[in-house]
Formats: sequence, structure tokens, C-alpha cells
Amino acid sequence: MVTVLGSPVCDARELAAQVTDPEMPMLTLADLGVLREVKVEGDRVRVVITPTYSGCPALATMRDDLVRVLTTAGYAAVDVVVALAPAWSSDWITERGRAALQAHGLSAPGPAPRRTGPVVLDLGPTRRDVACPRCGSGEVVLASEFGPTACTALYRCRACAEPFQHVKEI
Amino acid sequence: MTGDDAHWAFGTSFVDPLAGVDTTLPDGVDGGELAAYCLMLGDDALVASHRLAEWCSNAPDLEEDVALANIALDLLGQARLLLARAAAADPGAVPPLPAGSPVPGEDALAFFRDADDYRCVRLVEPENGDFGETVARLLCFATWRLALLARLVDSRDPVLAAIAAKGVKEVAYHRDHAARWVVTLARGTAESRRRVRAGLRAVWPHRAELARTHPVEARLARAGVAVDPADVVAEVDGVLAQVLRAADLDDLGPCAAGPVLDGPGGRDGRHTPDLAALLAEMQVVARAHPAGRW
Repeated sequence: MVTVLGSPVCDARELAAQVTDPEMPMLTLADLGVLREVKVEGDRVRVVITPTYSGCPALATMRDDLVRVLTTAGYAAVDVVVALAPAWSSDWITERGRAALQAHGLSAPGPAPRRTGPVVLDLGPTRRDVACPRCGSGEVVLASEFGPTACTALYRCRACAEPFQHVKEI
Repeated sequence: MTGDDAHWAFGTSFVDPLAGVDTTLPDGVDGGELAAYCLMLGDDALVASHRLAEWCSNAPDLEEDVALANIALDLLGQARLLLARAAAADPGAVPPLPAGSPVPGEDALAFFRDADDYRCVRLVEPENGDFGETVARLLCFATWRLALLARLVDSRDPVLAAIAAKGVKEVAYHRDHAARWVVTLARGTAESRRRVRAGLRAVWPHRAELARTHPVEARLARAGVAVDPADVVAEVDGVLAQVLRAADLDDLGPCAAGPVLDGPGGRDGRHTPDLAALLAEMQVVARAHPAGRW
């Protein structure tokens, strides 16, 4: 029961923060920056999450996982709602999240582009300062700008020859 | 949606993309007009997404299968948000379904409207044709949509503004992906240059429709809710000219848009025959099971 561990408010936040992303399970929703707010009123919880991409298919699973974890902890009603603004940015991935990505062989995003007004056309290959998460070499080559999930690109390391995913800047 | 949804015709684990979002209409804005505008932008994304998804397993290489499927997924997400916004703004716009059907408004709009009730521009409708034509179409579409969304971030409707702000980040890389392919193909072999050139010529005539202002767009633009497509023509032409210059295809030029479209177009529900064929395939399962279960 939640009351054993301290204030229910704190527990609901801690529990929600530990739910992991279904596509990158080394990241918690808190580390991914998707978890925006956890509000407790009595035995009811309201959780606010934000989608990473418009079509992110993981959102439904995140919702189900949050409901399951909080209901199991004893909350009578769990309401998971969506916040669209401000739009999610890869800058919201925490330092701990970046370390977790690295530890699992994914390269963390650099700073997201900041835009105002018309978006300038970029005809060249996407340039990033990427190092291989396995061997640390900067000798990497972009294999595909699109990867197995909306948020990653595929790279290959020239030094250790391993392929790896890079979480894109957005 | 609660209970057993394992056999739901509309997919499992459905979650309302606007769950908890305040969809109150801004002061002085008519719900019917706002819904009509959301259907225009939503149908553009939905139909473009469907065509791009058709490339999955048919693209020139595996990386391109993944790229086009990712772009299609972004557009599908935008379509879901916009259709859900339309349903919230004007529940009367949602086609009626049998009592007790669990189908949410966004799906009723996607699967139970006939082609005449779709509001997409004709540019997104034609069968894919060759890869050169697809990248030409995507370049045209994404350049135009990006210019619209970049202005829509200031919409007086906070929901539209938020959908646009998210969409800008996505459509920016859709456009650049298409532009790089156009340049790559144009500077590749004689055959790839011939094909991308043919692709551009095939989609060019549809550009006239992108510059037209529908009365709903005009009224909502004056109300600070929508973007008047006439306001983005110069920006779109500028970007396309930049790509054509890099591709050494200047002779196609933005001015060679072909004959101006007279009479009603896609925004009025007048479409190419290809849209009806696309919808027949996309909607068949949902229409066979309007109660949402099989």
C-alpha cells in the first residue's frame, strides 16, 4: 500500500517516474522527458504526458503502463491525459537518461535546433557530432537518417565496425 | 475504450490523442468552420500518409522503406490529431454510426466519409507511380505544408497551434529528405534524371490548387485561426526554386505551374478518381464492421 512509504503524492510521482518507455526500455518516462505532471487528490491520480512525435505508437502503451503501475499501488482512479504544448524536445532527456542510452549502446542527441520563422532548407547530409557509444570513436558514418523508431537514426562506427542507433535532435 | 478490445476493427490499445486537452472553441469562432478547416489539413495528411505507406517493402532500398514509413507515421499522427480536433469542434461533422459503436470521432471521420466528403488537395491523391514522382510529390507537399504549419503556430486556437508546432519539427525533415532525393536523382544517371524530371512535371500542375484560398480558409484566416494559402506562395516558390537550382533543373521553374485550376477542387470535395480507389481499400474493414468488432 502506498501509505506505508510516505506521502501518497510523492509515491505516485516516484511510481510514475519509474515507468519505462516501451521502445527504449532503458529510459524511464521521466528521463525521456515525457512525464510532465503527477497530481494526487486523495486516492485519485492525474498524470500528464506528452508525445515525442505526432504519430508515436508508444503513447498508448505508456498510458496503459502508468494505469497498471498506479492501480496496483492502490490508487482507485488513474487519469492519464495528454499535453500537446510545448512540443516535446530531445533536449528534455535528462543527464541520467543520456547516460542510460550510452550504457545500452545508443548515442544521445546533441542540442535540438532552435527555430523561429521560415525553416531554412538543408540540402546537405545531416551533420552531427556523434561518437560511437561502444568504443568512443568519432569515425562514424550515417547509414540511414530514419531508424526502427521515429526518434532514431542509424550509424556505423568505422573503428569498431558496430552499427548503432542515434537518438535524433528534435 | 474499456474491456476486451482484442477484436476491435480499429486496432487495439486505442487512446484519444486529445485526451484531457481543452478543446473549448476560441471566442467568436464557429465550430463548424473550424472543423472544416481541420478536415482540410487532416485529410491532406491522412491521404499523403496512406500513399507513402504503400511504398513500405517496395521502395528502392530497405532504408527508404523505413524512411517513407516513418514520414507516413508522422503524417498519420498529425491526421489523427486534426481529425480529433474536427470531431471535438463540431460533433455534427462526424458521420453517424450504429448505436453502441465504440468508434471514436477521428476514426468515424477517417473510415465513414465518402470521397465527396474528403477535403484534401488533389496533389496527395494520385497513385504513387515511380519513385521519382513520389519524391517530387513529397517535396511539393512538404514544402507547402511546412510553410502553412510554421504560420499556424500563432493560431488563436491553442489546439491547432500546438498541433502545428509539433508538426513543424517533423515536416521540416520530410521536406529536406524529399529535396535531397530530387537533387540526388537529378545529378545521378541520365535515367534517374529523366525520371525525377518526369515526376516533377507530373505533380507540377497540382501546385495551382495549393495557392488557392477556400472561403473557409479566408474567413478563419481573418479571424486569426487559419493560414491563407495565398500568403505562403512566395515562400514555397522560393524553396522549390532553390531545390531546382541545386538539381540543375531551373527550366522547370516555379512559374511553370501549368494551367490555373478553374472550378471546384479537392477542398470542395471534387477529387481525382484515385481517391475513391484509395478510400475503398482503406475503409473496407471498418465499413464491414461498423460496430467495431468482428
